[in-house]
Amino acid sequence: MSAATRAEVCAVACAEAYRGSGEVIASAFGTIPAIGVRLARNTFEPDLMVSDGEASAVRGTWAVGGAADGEVEAWLPFNQIFDLVWNGKRHIMMIPTQLDTYGNCNISAIGDHARPAVQLLGVRGAPGNTVYHPTSYWVPRHSTRVFVPKVDMVSGVGYDNARKAGPAATRYHELRRVVTDLAVLDFTPDTGRLRLVSVHPGVTVDDVVGATGFDLVIPDSVPQTRIPTAEELELIRTVIDPRNLRDKEVPA
Amino acid sequence: MAEKREKRRSLDEAVAGIQSGMTIGIGGWGSRRKPMALVRALLRSDVTDLTVVGYLGPDLGLLISAGKVKRAYYGFVSLDSAPFYDPWFAQARVAGTIESREMDEGMVKAGLQAAAARLPFMPIRAGLGSDAQTVWGDELKTVASPYPDADGRTESVIAMPALKLDAALVHLDLADERGNAAYTGVDPYFDDLFCLAAEQRILSVDKIVSTEELVKSVPNQALILNRSMVDTVTEAPNGAHFTFAGGYKRDEKFQRHYAESAKTPEAWQTFADTYLSGSEDDYQAAVRKFAEEQKS
Repeated sequence: MSAATRAEVCAVACAEAYRGSGEVIASAFGTIPAIGVRLARNTFEPDLMVSDGEASAVRGTWAVGGAADGEVEAWLPFNQIFDLVWNGKRHIMMIPTQLDTYGNCNISAIGDHARPAVQLLGVRGAPGNTVYHPTSYWVPRHSTRVFVPKVDMVSGVGYDNARKAGPAATRYHELRRVVTDLAVLDFTPDTGRLRLVSVHPGVTVDDVVGATGFDLVIPDSVPQTRIPTAEELELIRTVIDPRNLRDKEVPA
Repeated sequence: MAEKREKRRSLDEAVAGIQSGMTIGIGGWGSRRKPMALVRALLRSDVTDLTVVGYLGPDLGLLISAGKVKRAYYGFVSLDSAPFYDPWFAQARVAGTIESREMDEGMVKAGLQAAAARLPFMPIRAGLGSDAQTVWGDELKTVASPYPDADGRTESVIAMPALKLDAALVHLDLADERGNAAYTGVDPYFDDLFCLAAEQRILSVDKIVSTEELVKSVPNQALILNRSMVDTVTEAPNGAHFTFAGGYKRDEKFQRHYAESAKTPEAWQTFADTYLSGSEDDYQAAVRKFAEEQKS
């Protein structure tokens, strides 16, 4: 089997973000996080629940880019999704348009909110997700355009703003991982600042620093992101993403 | 025995009570089971300065295209499929021509719940620490719990104000002429809450049937509206088009045509002339013609 591509390393890093999540809804935006969730459930995190994107939880492992192909196991209408969010039974991986040093995330709009230069999605569920249950981020192209000193509109709540808002905001606030096409990052426990965890094979710490628009916390030694196992590669290539959509998100 | 309340109306009669400046809630979600025929009826009317509340999509887009929206309260505005962003909403935001009360998706539910229960607000964590809180300014406040937590700390949460509606527009799949109604698809969305939060409750359905047929057609749990929650029932076959409903899929090709047409004034004029200048029957006929042309 050929060596793992960058996209495959990213998919496994996304799967790793879900390690230990247990029996919660695994929501993921983007192709590679979708691969990661299915990979995690098929291997080390079998209790994860996955929605078909409409209103059903579906079992099994199926290819990305098509309709859910598995056995329906539960009803998940949007009304109940909110109840589950509020109850903490979820771990979401969102794609930030901007992300800052404390993990504030913007998916809403670029520019002044009253009259933005570019209207994006709106805050959607990001404010609630971030104060109610674990949240991770996926950045398909690690750059200073995404990693900015200050986001234009706080949609997902970072550690500084959660602390300012008090115990009701910090109680269940947990930003778990940031996976990018270059590296894996998390947040330093005491300061809440973004910290480099590992760099993908072929990437240097300097590459990551150069693509980040603020000072990262960098440990003395930065390991390489773990490479996929043979079983993981087989699953990704033959079952979860046989059409190789992952390379469209992160080119080899 | 007294006559039962007569609720059956035409589309145009159904929206006749909606006046300029009103706050209207629109049911469905994104581009899913939206009361599009009622929205098109509003486009035919001369109402303006509306405040629109909901999980919005092309319903808001069409109202903006006709210059009818002053302000919007929303958890998101999405077409749910490419290009995802509603073009009319995006244009209005960039031009600064509508006031935005953007909020977390769950805050919409909480605000409707408060209004439905006739409460002034509903406590919720969502919004805390985010700019969904700050962009509302003084309109959105926090409330401190009178009960300290186990550590003696006081939790201050968002006091989501009741989203009281002058009118609710919802589309379901099946109803009787008294306003008992059911969805037949995968998700009820929040249409029951919209009706409970509103003064005027306007329901369109793909098909009006007898009460007996209604209750035989669906499990009891799908009967999300009862007649105390509905003032007006209007039959609008394919009335959620181009969003989907229980009996039909989203018309993706037509939705893309809508989004493409919003790109230039000329293209939009053609779209409006073809689809939005006549009756609902004219619309449905033009949509069928579009589908046939796409096939050939």
